[in-house]
Amino acid sequence: MTDAMDRLITGLAASAAPVRRLWPPAVRATLWLMVVAALGAAAILLFSDLATFAQRASDPKLAWELAGTLLTGILAILAAFELSLPDRSPLWALLPLPPLALWVASSGYSCYEHWIGFGPGGWELGESANCFRFILALSVPLGVSLLAVLRRSRPLAPARVAAVGGLGIAALAAFLLQFFHPFDVTVMDLSVHLAAVGLVVAISSLAGRAAGPPL
Amino acid sequence: MTRTFDHDLASEADWPRLMAAAQDGDRAAYERLLRAILPFIRAVAARHHRAPDRIEDVAQDVLLTVHRMRHTYDPARPFGPWLAAIARRRSIDLLRRQRRIGAVETSDSPAYETFADPGANKGTEARDASADLARTLRSLPQRQREALELVKLRELSLADAARLSGRSVGALKVNVHRALKFLRTRLAGE
Repeated sequence: MTDAMDRLITGLAASAAPVRRLWPPAVRATLWLMVVAALGAAAILLFSDLATFAQRASDPKLAWELAGTLLTGILAILAAFELSLPDRSPLWALLPLPPLALWVASSGYSCYEHWIGFGPGGWELGESANCFRFILALSVPLGVSLLAVLRRSRPLAPARVAAVGGLGIAALAAFLLQFFHPFDVTVMDLSVHLAAVGLVVAISSLAGRAAGPPL
Repeated sequence: MTRTFDHDLASEADWPRLMAAAQDGDRAAYERLLRAILPFIRAVAARHHRAPDRIEDVAQDVLLTVHRMRHTYDPARPFGPWLAAIARRRSIDLLRRQRRIGAVETSDSPAYETFADPGANKGTEARDASADLARTLRSLPQRQREALELVKLRELSLADAARLSGRSVGALKVNVHRALKFLRTRLAGE
């Protein structure tokens, strides 16, 4: 063994204070989601128009869409916590994809119906700009808090972790948006929602990369 | 000086237990573990690197990373995959860093032609400059050269460089500063 290596090992051992082990990723993900759920529930009770929402939610199409959005959010957050540890399979990144497909397909279907019903009116931007702002604005505090928690794992591939976490955040924001969104999605809405989600994923991925290894 | 501890290295089956003890602050167990995992880390590094000094660089980086990430190991899970993932990542990081450095350095045999247009001689001038730099680096006092190499060339943090060199962060900062100042005056004067 070289001198430098010997010195390094002795030095590391001498400075090895006890550390607090991380909780299992599923527990950490659940705790974070519970905090977000509590804040989200409070916001919904205080500010949203629940009567309109209940009326809309009775439509099975919207129910599928809501389930897809929420599941994408939950599973992507869980996947991000798993991926942040060195010895977990990269396949965790695929976990949120099935509900993501459900979300896109179900809201895509209702856009299609609208397009048939309203004609080109479905393409107008209108309220969508607000949705875009809503998703982005909500994603910032969620993203910052998630990043702070994920940093504890010091991920070896920060960009991947941040991208999956960003998908989770944007999906949760889009789910909450539904409570403040008194109409079905149009083609424009859907593309605006997806653009917002894509933007959040891209920004988080860049943020993760900029944070450098290890995050 | 070369020392080996191969005869009393902890076996792989003991690694999870040693790491769990290390997480609880048992320094002797931690030191045993770090010495025991070194051959494993070198083996992973040897898959990506050939030069022995590169393998040592990776091994040092991996030990520093293991140290920083030791709270992320779950003693209920096998230790090998955890360590292997870190070793692989650090090996690849070093490859990338080399590629980045390789992109701005040249390994051409020296070209002796000079051209009437000064702009056309840039390649030769760059080579001369890099030879000058290498000579000047060699003339630095050993401590300053080492500090510069750890902090600026290997891009280690000051804390890691301090651990590796056995010197304080303050001393390293002073050495890096003096080395840069020396290089600046020396190269400007030539």
